[in-house]
Amino acid sequence: MSRYANNPEAIRNLIRPTEVHRDVYIDQEVFELEMKHLFANTWVFVGHESQTPNKGDYFTTEIGTQPVIMVRHSDNEIYVLHNRCPHKGTKIAIDRTGNTGKFFRCPYHAWSFKTNGCLLAIPLRKGYKDTGLEESESVNGMAPVGAVKNYRGFIFARLNKEGPDFESFFGEALSSFDNMVDRSPEGRLEVAGPPLRYMHRCNWKMLVENQTDTCHPMVAHESSAGTAIDLWEKMDKPEGTQKPMAMEVIAPFMSPYEFFENMGIRTWPNGHGHTGVHHSIHSDYSAIPGYYEQMVEAYGEERAKAILGENRHNTVYFPNIMIKGPIQQLRLFTPIAADKTLVESYIYRLVGAPDMLLERTAMYNRMINAPTSMVGHDDLEMYERAQEGLHSDGLEWVNVQRLYQEGENFDEIAVENGTTERQMRNQFHAWEKYMTMTMEGDAQ
Amino acid sequence: MKAPTRDDLIDFVYEEARMLDDGRFDEWLDLWTHDSYYWMPLDYNQEDAKHVTSLLHEDAFMRKLRVERFKGERTFSQKPKTRCHHVLNRPFIDHMDEEKGEYVTHTAFHYVETRLDDQILLAATARHELKLIEGKLKITHKRVDLLNSDAAFGNIQMFL
Repeated sequence: MSRYANNPEAIRNLIRPTEVHRDVYIDQEVFELEMKHLFANTWVFVGHESQTPNKGDYFTTEIGTQPVIMVRHSDNEIYVLHNRCPHKGTKIAIDRTGNTGKFFRCPYHAWSFKTNGCLLAIPLRKGYKDTGLEESESVNGMAPVGAVKNYRGFIFARLNKEGPDFESFFGEALSSFDNMVDRSPEGRLEVAGPPLRYMHRCNWKMLVENQTDTCHPMVAHESSAGTAIDLWEKMDKPEGTQKPMAMEVIAPFMSPYEFFENMGIRTWPNGHGHTGVHHSIHSDYSAIPGYYEQMVEAYGEERAKAILGENRHNTVYFPNIMIKGPIQQLRLFTPIAADKTLVESYIYRLVGAPDMLLERTAMYNRMINAPTSMVGHDDLEMYERAQEGLHSDGLEWVNVQRLYQEGENFDEIAVENGTTERQMRNQFHAWEKYMTMTMEGDAQ
Repeated sequence: MKAPTRDDLIDFVYEEARMLDDGRFDEWLDLWTHDSYYWMPLDYNQEDAKHVTSLLHEDAFMRKLRVERFKGERTFSQKPKTRCHHVLNRPFIDHMDEEKGEYVTHTAFHYVETRLDDQILLAATARHELKLIEGKLKITHKRVDLLNSDAAFGNIQMFL
C-alpha cells in the first residue's frame, strides 16, 4: 500500500521542528521517493575533472541510484550521461574508469554514440527504414542528465531538466570549496588515487547528519582517540619529543565538549552547513616546511594567511557529500537502499604544494575513514545499531532538538554554538522542500 | 637460532597467523622490529604507501594502539568481540640472504572474520620481510594484498 507517493502532506508530516519520524530512515517507499524527487531536484556531486583528464576518458558512478557516466568529450567539456543503451538498456561501461576513444560502442548490438551521447551509428540501419525510429526516444542516443556544472574542477549534476540553478542552490556554501582549492598555490586540485569504499548497512542520512554531530567524537571514539592519548603519555620518550603525525590526526577527536561548543556551526539555506567556524580539529597541525612560503609567493601574505587561517571542520553539501577543506578530502554518501549506503572517501593533491601535505591527507583518510579504521569501526557500529533500533515500536520519532530555538529561519545564514543540531534540522527542512517540490498535489 | 632453515621461516609465518587467531596480540607485537610497517594497499599492484590511500599503513605505535583498543571497556565495535581464522597455503621462500640475515616469504591465504551473525571470507597474499636479530626472526615489513582490495567492504576489524 502506497502511503507517501503523491502525498506531500504525508511527507511533510514526517518532519517536526525538533524531531523526525523513523520512516525517513527505514521506509523503502520514502527511499524510492527520495531517489525520484530529492536526488533529481538537487545538485549532486559526480566526480572531479582530474578523473577524466583526456578526451574520451570516462568515469562511471551513480547519482542517487541512477547509473551515470562522466566523460570528457571532443570539445574538452565534461558530459554526464545516463549509463544505459537506448536500445535494450545495457550499461555502456561498467569499469570504474577508462578511455573510450572518440565514441562509445554498446557491447550488445554495437549501437555507437559520440561522447556527448548523440547516436552515431546502428549496424544494419536499413532494418529501421520506415519504422518511425526518428520519432522514438532511442534515436537521441545516450540521454544526458538535466544539467551539469563544473565548479573549480568539481562536477555536479542535476537529473531534472528544470530546477534550482547551481549558484542559488549552493550560494555562499561554495566558500568551503573555494578554500579547499585555494590551498593549492596554483589554485588546482588533482584526485590522488582511488577512493576508499566502505559499505554501511544504514540509511544515507545518518552519515550526513553525523558530519556535523559534534557530541559523538569523545564518546564513540574514546576507544581509539582516548587510547592513543593514553599510550602516547605513558610512552618512554625524551622530553619535548614532537607528536607524530598520526597523533596529531587522532588526538583532537578527544577534545572536550567546550572545544566543540566554541568551534561553532554555520548553516546556509538549502540544507548546507559546516562545523568549525572559529577553529577545528584541523587547526593545530604542524606546519609543513616550505608550504607557507609557496602560498605567500602565489597569493601575497595577507591573502595566504586568510586562506590558511580558515580551518573548517566538515562542510555538508546537501544532499550527500561532505568535504574537509584543510585536508582536501571529499566523502560521498551514495544511497543504495533505505538501509544500505556506499561511502566513498576521496583525497586530492594540492597541485604545486609539498608532498608531505598529501601524506597527511592520505593518512587521515585511512586512519579515520577506511573499512579497516578504528575510528570508522565505531561510527559504523553506531549507525547499524540505530538502523536496527529504529524498528523498535517503543518510539517512532528521532530527536534533533539540541539547542533548538523557536522560529528558526533556515533561509537565513546563521552561526551558532558548535554543538547545536541546527544543521540536522536545516537538512530536514531542505529534505522536505526538495521531496515535495515536484510531487503531484494532495492526490489522496 | 643461527641461520634459519627454510622450515624455520615457514614455521614463523604459520606461528604468526596462529597468534592472531588465538588472540595472543601482545606476543604478536613482539614479532616486529621497532621501525617496521604493516601495509595493506587499497589498489591492485599499488606501489606508493604514503601519497595515495591505503587500507592500512601501520607503524609500531599504531599496531600497539589497535591492540590496546581491543582490550578497552568502551570499544563498542568489539562488544561482542570479533574472532578471526587464517588458512595458509605453504609459504614460498622468495629470498634468503644468510650473510645479512634477511629473508622474504610469500604466502597465499584465506582469512575469515566473524562477529555476531556476520562472517566474511577474504582471499589475500602476504609478503613478509624478515630479519634475524639477536638469534630471533623479526618482521621488518609485512604487506597484505587483498584479492578484492578495491571492493566495498563493511568493517574489517582484526589483523590479516
